[in-house]
Amino acid sequence: MRRVRNGRNYMTKSNFTRRGLLKTSAGAGAGLALPTVFTGAVWAEKHTGFTNAPQGDTVTLGFNVPQSGPYADEGADELRAFRLAVEHLNGEGDGGMLNTFSSKALEGNGILGKKVDFVTGDTQTKSDAARASAKSMIEKDGAIMISGGSSSGVAVAVQGLCQEAGVIFMAGLTHSNDTTGKDKKANGFRHFFNAYMSAAALAPVLEKLYGADRNAYHLTADYTWGWTQEESIAAATEALGWNTVEKVRTPLAATDFSSYIAPVLNSGADVLVLNHYGGNMVNSLTNAVQFGLRSKQANGKQFEIVVPLYSELMARGAGQNIAGIPGSQNWDWKLENQMGDRYTGTNAFVQSFGTKYGFPPSQAAHTCYAQTLLYADAVTRAGSFNPCAVVEALEGFEFDGLGNGPTLYRADDHQCFKDVVVVRGKENPENEFDLVEIVEVTPAEQVTYPADHEMFAGGSLGECNPGA
Amino acid sequence: MHGTKAKDTTLLIVVAFMTMFAPFLLNPFPAGSELAQFNAGYPDLMQRFVIFGIFAIGFNILFGLTGYLSFGHAAFLGVGSYSAVWMFKLLSMNVIPAIVLSVVVAGLFALVIGFVSLRRSGIYFSILTLAFAQMSFNLAYSVLTPITNGETGLQLSLDDPRILDGGGPATSLPVTNLFGWEMRESTTIHAGAWSFDLSVGYYLSAIIMLACFYLSIRIFRSPFGMMLRAVKSNQQRMNYTGLNSRPYTLAAFVISGMYAGLAGGLLASMDPLAGAERMQWTASGEVVLMTILGGAGTLIGPVLGAGFIKYFENIFSKINEGVLHGWFAVMPDGIEDLLVAIVYPFVGKGWHLTLGLLFMLVVIFLPGGLVEGGQRMGRFAFRRRDRKAGPVESSAAEKRAASSKPAE
Repeated sequence: MRRVRNGRNYMTKSNFTRRGLLKTSAGAGAGLALPTVFTGAVWAEKHTGFTNAPQGDTVTLGFNVPQSGPYADEGADELRAFRLAVEHLNGEGDGGMLNTFSSKALEGNGILGKKVDFVTGDTQTKSDAARASAKSMIEKDGAIMISGGSSSGVAVAVQGLCQEAGVIFMAGLTHSNDTTGKDKKANGFRHFFNAYMSAAALAPVLEKLYGADRNAYHLTADYTWGWTQEESIAAATEALGWNTVEKVRTPLAATDFSSYIAPVLNSGADVLVLNHYGGNMVNSLTNAVQFGLRSKQANGKQFEIVVPLYSELMARGAGQNIAGIPGSQNWDWKLENQMGDRYTGTNAFVQSFGTKYGFPPSQAAHTCYAQTLLYADAVTRAGSFNPCAVVEALEGFEFDGLGNGPTLYRADDHQCFKDVVVVRGKENPENEFDLVEIVEVTPAEQVTYPADHEMFAGGSLGECNPGA
Repeated sequence: MHGTKAKDTTLLIVVAFMTMFAPFLLNPFPAGSELAQFNAGYPDLMQRFVIFGIFAIGFNILFGLTGYLSFGHAAFLGVGSYSAVWMFKLLSMNVIPAIVLSVVVAGLFALVIGFVSLRRSGIYFSILTLAFAQMSFNLAYSVLTPITNGETGLQLSLDDPRILDGGGPATSLPVTNLFGWEMRESTTIHAGAWSFDLSVGYYLSAIIMLACFYLSIRIFRSPFGMMLRAVKSNQQRMNYTGLNSRPYTLAAFVISGMYAGLAGGLLASMDPLAGAERMQWTASGEVVLMTILGGAGTLIGPVLGAGFIKYFENIFSKINEGVLHGWFAVMPDGIEDLLVAIVYPFVGKGWHLTLGLLFMLVVIFLPGGLVEGGQRMGRFAFRRRDRKAGPVESSAAEKRAASSKPAE
């Protein structure tokens, strides 16, 4: 009896919902019937032949950054840089690097006279979530360009999406070889350097510091960036004569690395290479120091730790542990002061960022700011928002004054070629922003590789896609 | 059981109406207005509504009817996605083979996992399914990287074989289609200040969802469905009468696994990418939330729950500080900042917090989920109208109130 009553109860439930739904939908339908009067003119919208052609007097850019997950710190700094870039493009603030940029097309009146508007989203450092967020920017908010990202996995996924949708993707912080290697896309551009460049710049310094006879143990974040960085560093160090003892992959979402550090002690290795970034690196380095790796002797040599991709934000997170550890950076806020006028633009950017937020920008912030300016400039020079026109304007574009010295946007793979900064953690930092010292700057020629290099093989740009 | 058929038909018609007109219903605010922020009528989100609707309908067949709480359903969703993307890579960009394969593979997967997990019930069953799902996640994430491409996610590339499509490297990435209709194709209708997107992908998903919904009604009303409910109310008693309930529960498990696989295949058809995080336990938890939030064991509940959660995830998460300042700009500066400071933790990246609070409220005050909320509201409205009506009708109203009282 009870069961039957239960069954009836289900019926009544659906009964009442149905009524409720009927009422709401009828109401909404009636409300909608009113404006649904089509006229010929409305149908023939101002279609200009590409996705999200800006209508009216504003243009919308989409900034898709990690606001949660292991790269959240980088994401927050990227967002600050984007806000600053938009301000400068719209003629507010002190203009920042607009004043030092070698191309003078931008006048501080938005882009092609349209005021720059932006939407933000959270990638959660997950490809799926990042694509959903980028999709909503393109489909709902009408974004004409997507930028940001602090994970190469995400960057590759979003770059693919932008290619399909017909909008431009200006990659933010992404360091994997694949972004402009096997996963390169015609609609995607990367200003940031890559794992190959890090390895090429770092190897001579490592030889100088630790000699040519070393045994390296790699701990690697298990995704496209980690894989390619591990490959690049292993190749470059093995060319020096180093031996690679072991390569261990760790999950990106991991927060405790003790179980990965413990086996390093008895592996016969005397160098630990941490192919980790952001929160991962902060945790793994801290674990490594706690296990006493840095004071250990192995094979009669002092045990050393190398962090190929470095950043101020990570150094801040890792605190004292970072002292003396070498790595490479795309850019550093002290570059112009220490290395001279070649890196002009650096101080202008640090100045306006510092004024607005009260501390110096990270390299993630710098690359995102530069990318936004480069996009705006390309549109202005092309005279059109059409992605294909922008691609043409950016391909083979040579510029200067964005803090990295003379730079080339190579047409073959949409990768920027510029000097690489080799850094070390400072032994006695004066303040919490001065944790990194510049060891040397490797000139662009030394890190340039042919577009068909084997580490970048397997993909093709395809054709630019302007979308609908 | 009198009149069930007619009532279900009406429900189906209502759901069909809602899904077919969703692009209009979900875009009630003029584009460009301040409230356009809350419009949900863009193709990607609408697709998610119906696809996760399918996922939740399937989950409800297992959880709502048999009471078996699976914490590993995302594994089937992920397996479905991977199968579909592989089909796009190897065979054809047509979505039909991809969807068929994803359902079949998820079904087989569910058969294996179900066969093992269903040896236990209650919390042990939940733990077993959770363990299997986490295992699948970790396999997809690292061990099976050659098949799944790990954390980056499985994607199309220019030099995929695509045997049926003629093969050969393409110059640009091909698009998923149904016999030539591209999934991403959409038409925008402008009507005054309003604009509505009608997308092929959405309508395909919506039609499939309606079919799934119909199938679920039939299952709910069938003798098989009755048997599953019997499992929920007292499995032991059922076993004592000499009836082996395991084939029924296994069938329900496989059916709901196939629903999940279908949802995964559709997700990949709309956006050809499959990531391991689709299989993570949080994704499994999400479908449990959807079902409970909407009303477990009801027909429409899971669909409502899925829509609710996806709306929060996609709309609330995008309200950032700038938008808030825009809303409160009329207020004096100090109050504006205060209001922004109060509201900010609940929107943007804090959307989980809002959702969590709502979930608590629903579970505490409306144990039957949103459906129960709808019922209470309906009862309230009808009672007031009935009071005005004559004496004959008021007795009918009493009867109605009595019959809709919760049974337990």
